[in-house]
Amino acid sequence: MLATKNILDTRKDFPTLKRLINGKPLVYFDNGATAQKPQLVIDRINDYYQNENSNIHRGVHTLSQDATSAYEEARRKIQVLINAPLEEEVIFTKGTTDGINLIANGFSRGFLNSGDEVVISEMEHHSNIVPWQIACEYTGATLKIAPMNDEGELIFEAFEALLSAKTKLVAITHVSNTLGTINPAKDIVRVAHDKGIPVLFDGAQSVQHMAVDVQDLDCEFYVFGGHKMFGPTGIGVLYGKKEWLDKLPPYQGGGDMIKTVSFEKTIYNDLPHKFEAGTPNIAGGIGLGAAVDYLNTIDWNEVYAHEQGLLKYATEQILQIEGIKIIGTAKNKAGVLSFVHDKAHHYDIGTLLDQLGIAIRTGHHCTEPLMHRCKITGTARASFAFYNTKEEIDVFIAALKRALKMLL
Amino acid sequence: MSIQEVSEELVEDFELFEDWSDKYEYIISLGKDLRSMNVSEKTEDNIVKGCQSQVWLTARNEDGIVFYEADSDAIITKGIIALLVKVFNGQSAKDILNNDLTFIDQIGLKEHLSPNRSNGLVAMVQQMKTYALAFSK
Repeated sequence: MLATKNILDTRKDFPTLKRLINGKPLVYFDNGATAQKPQLVIDRINDYYQNENSNIHRGVHTLSQDATSAYEEARRKIQVLINAPLEEEVIFTKGTTDGINLIANGFSRGFLNSGDEVVISEMEHHSNIVPWQIACEYTGATLKIAPMNDEGELIFEAFEALLSAKTKLVAITHVSNTLGTINPAKDIVRVAHDKGIPVLFDGAQSVQHMAVDVQDLDCEFYVFGGHKMFGPTGIGVLYGKKEWLDKLPPYQGGGDMIKTVSFEKTIYNDLPHKFEAGTPNIAGGIGLGAAVDYLNTIDWNEVYAHEQGLLKYATEQILQIEGIKIIGTAKNKAGVLSFVHDKAHHYDIGTLLDQLGIAIRTGHHCTEPLMHRCKITGTARASFAFYNTKEEIDVFIAALKRALKMLL
Repeated sequence: MSIQEVSEELVEDFELFEDWSDKYEYIISLGKDLRSMNVSEKTEDNIVKGCQSQVWLTARNEDGIVFYEADSDAIITKGIIALLVKVFNGQSAKDILNNDLTFIDQIGLKEHLSPNRSNGLVAMVQQMKTYALAFSK
């Protein structure tokens, strides 16, 4: 492992952060949508296409063996990163959404029946709602929604009360993309396991902010995407306990996921290949491996302290602006600052901030039920990564004041 | 004036602005000046939904001449609506159908009419043309 980097030195590793937008230095506060890529990742993908490009797993030639080694090495890097007990418990997917769909599809074929229930929460992203609605529609199971309080925290007692013998799975976000709320993952697993219920965490918004240890969490499934953790788009990870992955049916059929095929009877391949039909995103997997290499050079405690510092400072500054309300005020929050203004529309704020070189996200953030719960149509959201700085927050706050002055 | 003439006038107006903030201040003022639709007209039937902002649109036909009324919950979107309404109102359905709104590009507001924005404007323009098509028959 390389020596640990000072967190403030990380900025220079990300070429996109050097860009000028509308003549002004980019302030990138849209990390919740996707994170920027370090040079290391960009170079690794480039190198793969320049020197190693070939199809994996079936080739006897050198290129194919090189590419296969790099791809499988990336799997081992992920295994170590999330502390998965077994390499074959790490399944490559297209991303978080794909991982959730894989599990929802598997559950709907033999593990969910009429009268069964799946428990999610009120703060879920659409990608952890719609796959379960489809599974429930197909099987006759019911979707149960655990409520949150006005601060945007899961009401734990209400969640626990929803769990029963009918509950076949809890699928819940680890960190809310809109609110930043960090859910009490270990407590969720504890009460679910007390009733013998497996747990899936949507880790899309957690892996860029914290070290995730799937053995410590003891969850059955943990899904996340590569692009929010400084890797490429189109690649993600499903971690699943082997006993579960063994019994779930395959998601897609095709090459690589089979041992033998005949028209009478096809034998599926072993894990992880059983869930990886077709030529995978090889460059993406290898690029994600490079992103893990990069993450191994930073100290997660330092990341946490730095991002919490940014969040605290930004929160204090923004609350001094008249008319601003923060959406999501949980005690335990990741670096996400969602806000609304009582007179200015989030679209207008986002448009003017863009003119000033500041990238934030506006809208419902694919959490429409959460918007209905808060009785709003959308928010403006600034989301931070470890490469962001206090100075950028100053620029953001000054720009926000200017935008509001123009709008009001 | 024809659609072309109104468009050219707007392009000339926008050429006077020296920087982005003048341009946006003008759009914001257009948005503020555009008459808001009555709540009774802001119905589910008249809504053009975008992820970012919402747009409401109605149209009426007077002997082949089209008049639109539109509104949005976001003021910049509403300002751009004001431009579109200015260009299309009082024109023939046929002329509206044949115009491709290149002036929006010329005044540097193209990104607001991109599907990526999801502000309801792309769908609104389609809806304006759908009305024009219906009125031209």
